[in-house]
Amino acid sequence: MKNKIIEKIGFLFLFLCIAITLFFLATIVYFVVSRGLPALSWEFLTEAPRKSMTAGGVAPAIIGTFYLIVGTILFALPLGLATAIYLCEYSPRGYFVSIIRMSINNLAGVPSVVFGLFGLAVFVKYCGFGVSILSGSLTLSILILPGIISASQEALTAVPFSLREASLALGATHWQTIKRVVIPTAFPGVLTGVILGIGRAAGETAPILFTAATFFTRDYPSSPLSECMALPYHIFALMTEGSHPDQQAVIAYGCALILMVLVFMVSGIAIYLRKRFRQAFTH
Amino acid sequence: MIDTTVKLARIAVENLNFFYGKKQALQDLNLNIFDRQVTALIGPSGCGKSTFIRLLNRMNDLTPDTRAEGRIILDGKNILDPKIDVVNLRRRVGMVFQKPNPFPKTIFQNIAYGLEINGETDKNLIENKVEESLKKAALWDEAKDRLNDSALRLSGGQQQRLCIARCLAVEPEVILFDEPCASLDPISTKKIEELIGELKKDYTIVIVTHNMQQASRVSDYTAFMYLGDLVEFGTTEKLFTVPKNKRTEEYLSGKFG
Repeated sequence: MKNKIIEKIGFLFLFLCIAITLFFLATIVYFVVSRGLPALSWEFLTEAPRKSMTAGGVAPAIIGTFYLIVGTILFALPLGLATAIYLCEYSPRGYFVSIIRMSINNLAGVPSVVFGLFGLAVFVKYCGFGVSILSGSLTLSILILPGIISASQEALTAVPFSLREASLALGATHWQTIKRVVIPTAFPGVLTGVILGIGRAAGETAPILFTAATFFTRDYPSSPLSECMALPYHIFALMTEGSHPDQQAVIAYGCALILMVLVFMVSGIAIYLRKRFRQAFTH
Repeated sequence: MIDTTVKLARIAVENLNFFYGKKQALQDLNLNIFDRQVTALIGPSGCGKSTFIRLLNRMNDLTPDTRAEGRIILDGKNILDPKIDVVNLRRRVGMVFQKPNPFPKTIFQNIAYGLEINGETDKNLIENKVEESLKKAALWDEAKDRLNDSALRLSGGQQQRLCIARCLAVEPEVILFDEPCASLDPISTKKIEELIGELKKDYTIVIVTHNMQQASRVSDYTAFMYLGDLVEFGTTEKLFTVPKNKRTEEYLSGKFG
């Protein structure tokens, strides 16, 4: 009887923890939606800002953020997956690899503004890409790389050994086994890393501050070397600069709402792809 | 069945020793595996029978810190030679594992896999080969209408026959079965055993089994192993009816195992 009461209290405690988490999540969503919704209109989504950003829309920022996300994934996914494959499949076990792994984990702990400075020094200045979508994407790629690598490593090591054995026993080479059995089986797990990366890349402000974002442009980016507006930076600018804070705040919440929806949408595509990959062969 | 004709040794094992690190797992094994015969390896857990069978296609290479001494001669060549092309060896010596391990792909793709990695691109040839392999593995009737279904939807016994079909598609000369029925029900087990009986017409077969009755049903030759030693090797009939070694007799009568 006593054990049952203890168990009930335990469950109640766990349930409370979940409730608190959900409460914050729900409040944030409610907060952003209720304040952002009034700003939304067709014009807001499709036009550039006007009247020193107190009117018009934020279309260049939406497009800019979208390009940054796509560019980031384009660099980070192949690089992260390849690194994970090397670490899991080819690297000699031992001291050297533990150091690499430790470095990658430490990379994840570096503050994002440091990545911003690094991007400015290397991509913007040294490589001469200037303040551009390219520089910003590369900087964000490095930022999300540790996440993609560790998710990929987990996914690769989760591929049952028996499948590798089956492939090798048929006379497949190591690389054929990796390419045709290990990667396809691990890919849903890799996509999980990508999904988390998307959220991070879309929302980060500091790394693009010096590398990609501009406060205001009427033009849409015309090439990867164009600078662009981006939603998170636009929010930051609206709330810290300008001469009409009240009108700007409304637009900032509108931007926050769009940013959230954009992340959900891009993640949604990744989640859909992951589901397709999983379903393709288990049912 | 005592066959009086002289059998051709397909694989000759000479003074084979094998180590996991410092621990010796096989001690001075000598035996012949005869062409188009079924050779069964029996013995209690840990006796080295799986270790031995995995040396025949060098699957033990995947286990780090192992060492083999002695020779295993297949068609005049020592397959333990580090210079031998392991990929080519594994094409010639196929393997069916203890647990069915189909790829998470369709039935068709599972069998086509072995052909495709060998560079086969002719679609008609692949299709014919898939059908032929499934027929040989007695799975065609059950699978012909669902070739594009996931292999994971098949039952355990069907999956194991699919693995056999997958193995047959690359046209090996020798097939190794590592306890192929360990995870199967009696009906599926019976099907696999019948299949092995069919396959020995064309292939040299080595089977590891925990099940003495299975060894006596399917094999022509039996090797009894104990703690890394080959205790006794001979025709299955002789080994089961008049074992020479006391250990063999005790194992067969269930005194240990």
